[in-house]
Amino acid sequence: MNISLRALLGATVSFTLAGAALAETTITVATVNNGDMIRMQGLMDDFYAKHPDIKVEWVTLEENVLRQNVTTDIATGGGQYDVLTIGTYEVPIWGKQGWLTSLNDLPAEYDVDDLLPAIRGGLTVDGNLYAAPFYGESSMVMYRKDLMEAAGLTMPDAPTWADIEKAAAAMTNRDADINGVCLRGKAGWGENMAFLTAMSNSFGARWFDENWNPQFDQPEWKATLDFYLNLMNNYGPAGASNNGFNENLTLFNQGKCGMWIDATVAASFVTGKDSTVADKVGFALAPDNGLGKRGNWLWAWSLAIPSSSDAPDAAKTFVNWATSKGYLELVASKEGWANVPPGTRTSLYENPEYQKVPFAKMTLDSINSADPNAPTVKPVPYVGVQFVAIPEFQGLGTTVGEIFSAALAGQKTADEALAEAQTAVADEMKAAGYIQ
Amino acid sequence: MSTQSSRLAARVMVAPSVVLLFIWMAVPLAMTLYYSFRLYRLLSPDRTGWVGFTNYLWFFNSPDFWLALWNTLALVGGVLIITVMLGILIALLIDQPVKGQGMLRILVIAPFFVMPPVAASIWENLFMHPQNGLLAAVARGFGAQPILFLEEYPLLSVIGIVSWEWLPFATLILLTSLQSLSSEQLEAAEMDGASALNRLRHIILPHMTRAITVVILIQTIFLLGIFGEIFTTTQGGPGSASTTLPYMIFKQAIAAKDIGRAAAGGIIAVILANIVAYFLMRGIGRHLDA
Amino acid sequence: MARAVSPRRKTLTTLAAWSVAFIIFFPVLWMILTSFKTEASAVASPPELLGADWTLENYAEVWQRSDYPRFFWNSVVISLGSTLLGLAVAIPAAWAMAFVPGKRTKDLLMWMLSTKMMPAVAVMIPLYLLFLKLGLIDTRFGLVIALMLMNLPIIVWMLYTYFREIPGEILEAARMDGAGLVKEILYVLTPMALPGIASTLLLNVILAWNEAFWTIILTTTKAAPLSAFIASFSAPQGLFYAKLSAASTMAIAPILILGWFSQKQLVRGLTFGAVK
Repeated sequence: MNISLRALLGATVSFTLAGAALAETTITVATVNNGDMIRMQGLMDDFYAKHPDIKVEWVTLEENVLRQNVTTDIATGGGQYDVLTIGTYEVPIWGKQGWLTSLNDLPAEYDVDDLLPAIRGGLTVDGNLYAAPFYGESSMVMYRKDLMEAAGLTMPDAPTWADIEKAAAAMTNRDADINGVCLRGKAGWGENMAFLTAMSNSFGARWFDENWNPQFDQPEWKATLDFYLNLMNNYGPAGASNNGFNENLTLFNQGKCGMWIDATVAASFVTGKDSTVADKVGFALAPDNGLGKRGNWLWAWSLAIPSSSDAPDAAKTFVNWATSKGYLELVASKEGWANVPPGTRTSLYENPEYQKVPFAKMTLDSINSADPNAPTVKPVPYVGVQFVAIPEFQGLGTTVGEIFSAALAGQKTADEALAEAQTAVADEMKAAGYIQ
Repeated sequence: MSTQSSRLAARVMVAPSVVLLFIWMAVPLAMTLYYSFRLYRLLSPDRTGWVGFTNYLWFFNSPDFWLALWNTLALVGGVLIITVMLGILIALLIDQPVKGQGMLRILVIAPFFVMPPVAASIWENLFMHPQNGLLAAVARGFGAQPILFLEEYPLLSVIGIVSWEWLPFATLILLTSLQSLSSEQLEAAEMDGASALNRLRHIILPHMTRAITVVILIQTIFLLGIFGEIFTTTQGGPGSASTTLPYMIFKQAIAAKDIGRAAAGGIIAVILANIVAYFLMRGIGRHLDA
Repeated sequence: MARAVSPRRKTLTTLAAWSVAFIIFFPVLWMILTSFKTEASAVASPPELLGADWTLENYAEVWQRSDYPRFFWNSVVISLGSTLLGLAVAIPAAWAMAFVPGKRTKDLLMWMLSTKMMPAVAVMIPLYLLFLKLGLIDTRFGLVIALMLMNLPIIVWMLYTYFREIPGEILEAARMDGAGLVKEILYVLTPMALPGIASTLLLNVILAWNEAFWTIILTTTKAAPLSAFIASFSAPQGLFYAKLSAASTMAIAPILILGWFSQKQLVRGLTFGAVK
């Protein structure tokens, strides 16, 4: 009944390509709905021309929903997907669980050594590459050159947090509705905690010591949070505790932010057609405090093949195509070099054509200055720059994110927030068996 | 009137619904009960086992639990009060002979058609946003500072959004109830010199009791489970200012991927819902018989 | 209760009623307007209306980017299928409860409603596992069953309240004439109950159409309805409000048009039959 009903209904709808009598392998690819992934869906003719025996079905979802669906699928062995789009947070955890297929046997022309070392390192577990990076990003400072000039300041290429504070104070003009600096405040492990964790690295703070004891009671975290709250309260936009990436992008594009420290991918948006300040934006590395670590993160949306896939070979063929050098050239030939998915291959940054893209160099430098395997000043037992690659982190980051967001909203002092975070994280780490 | 055979027939007719719903309730409930006593985290499949009441205790010991419980009731109560009061007023208004009644009704029920995640997203970004929102622009137009809805009044903002979604439902039930009120009765009262307020109190409102009861019962069941709007707008914050029990469960299930805790939360939510339903039925259930 | 009123009062109430309706409808209207703006114009501050940058680009992009007809068709199959199946199960039950009520009928009704008390997120994994074992993930059949059971209590409630309005004497008369149970249902009750059944159908189609949790969890490609279509347009990196508005407008347009054409039944449906 079930099968015949499906066949009947399916026949009327999905077989628009009737007559294709080839023995097709259909693979289901789950992707996040960002611009680069959407662009790929429009370039599939190239793939089908090369691999007429493979048909790709897309599942495009927003990040949160995607993560929820693919995690449920992989953890229960659902086997609904053949290729997953996952980040540098998931790959080490899922790889360790044996949920992903190793990609070590990709063909030689894939040139795995061309992948940026920082990114490749984040996707490798025990010598196995478990996902192929589709695009990589770090974070950096985007600032308004015109406002800096008017204030008589220049932004160094590698600013310190003191430089940022000085610039924010100089550019803030409440009457003209210009905020010196816009930063993430929205609660979430991938929202404010991505920014704050990366920032805390440059203040010498860390989530855990070598024995998994939470460190929110340490002076480094206090310095981080105090600086952040002070910066945002004095020079940030009103209602910042609800601002995430998109909200800040909107503000920056409207000319309401002097500076914005966020994902490198934002560079193409703030210089794009929806921006009112497109020709006035400068870029700088994320700030540091002279301790040897910068406050920038590292993320790569990557393609992985779950062990439960029933078509791993076709899936591998697709992953190879989508993350190859050839794909970058394909995008460049159709849509220009500025639209190539950034941050994955050394050869891209050696390409003189790509070097003309205004934010290319700063993106590369930012990515290279992040090291997921040694993210902090003091030693830590974990991998990950703006996250801790343990299964519990999503829950922990959500909890601490809420507490810090409340501090930004003025509901808690920095000390209260840190004490609460310390207790909450310690409780969870005890429950999870990391500490006694 | 009912004979032995018709009673038997009635049982046979009710049986499929009851059996299906029983399975639909019992199987997930049993599974949820089972998981609520287990350690089961999606991302740590190696660590499993019986943990007794640990998952339940986590909720009771959580600093957010009692606030979340209160917020859940406040959300349900707030939305009920707003939708029922406004629903009555709007129903009274559009029950009057007005031009273009058909079109009016479509406009009034339109919010019901918008998918909840979209409704929340629209309200958050296009209306309540302190810089780009329409409401902020209106405030600035009057020379006032924009209100920081989601930061300073998070729970009220969520109540507002959810009320907007459910107002059409309440309005329409109440409206049809009004329309079945015989106009003779009202005219007679009018001739007797009863004031408008008295007519409302002694004729119209009593007539609508059953409709109001239906609105309250159905909406309560739906509202007790709301979490999507909170996730889209406030993420339960700032802090835990707008965290409800379903949202706490949502965080355990989706963010922490702790199925055991989420299951325990589900059982607590079912108990809460039953308590609420018990008081509702005691308080207003008799109106259903009318 | 149509009563004669003075023209002046009618004008005033018309004005008041339309103002209220406009306020309630405004967010939807604003969403539709936003769908015709460019992304930059959609978030412009102060908001733009007359001077906005009008465009059809969002619709073109949404249409081109995803297989709208497939999502649409899945929504139609799932929402209609679950409602029809639900009616088939609920009509006999509601009828029996309305015409042969026992002592426990009210308790039974309340119990049915109580099956909706478990928060969806709490049973997410158990139900997902169940569907996985039964091979129902990403099938329209599975979703039809799930949504049918989810809305069955509401369907029974609506039909019950509606059936109770049918005078019992008519049934008595039919029985006197020697009509059997089947005949009684087919020839006497069904015609009288038809408007109520139609309204129930409409309301439940809307509820199923708007269901956006299970429909996303339990599907991937083949059975994904419009809720999944919406989820592919919300919150990407970059500006998206105009495109989200366009996608939402496309998702609500069919149901809005359906509502427009069947307003009367709809109004009855939304009121659980005629509530007295």
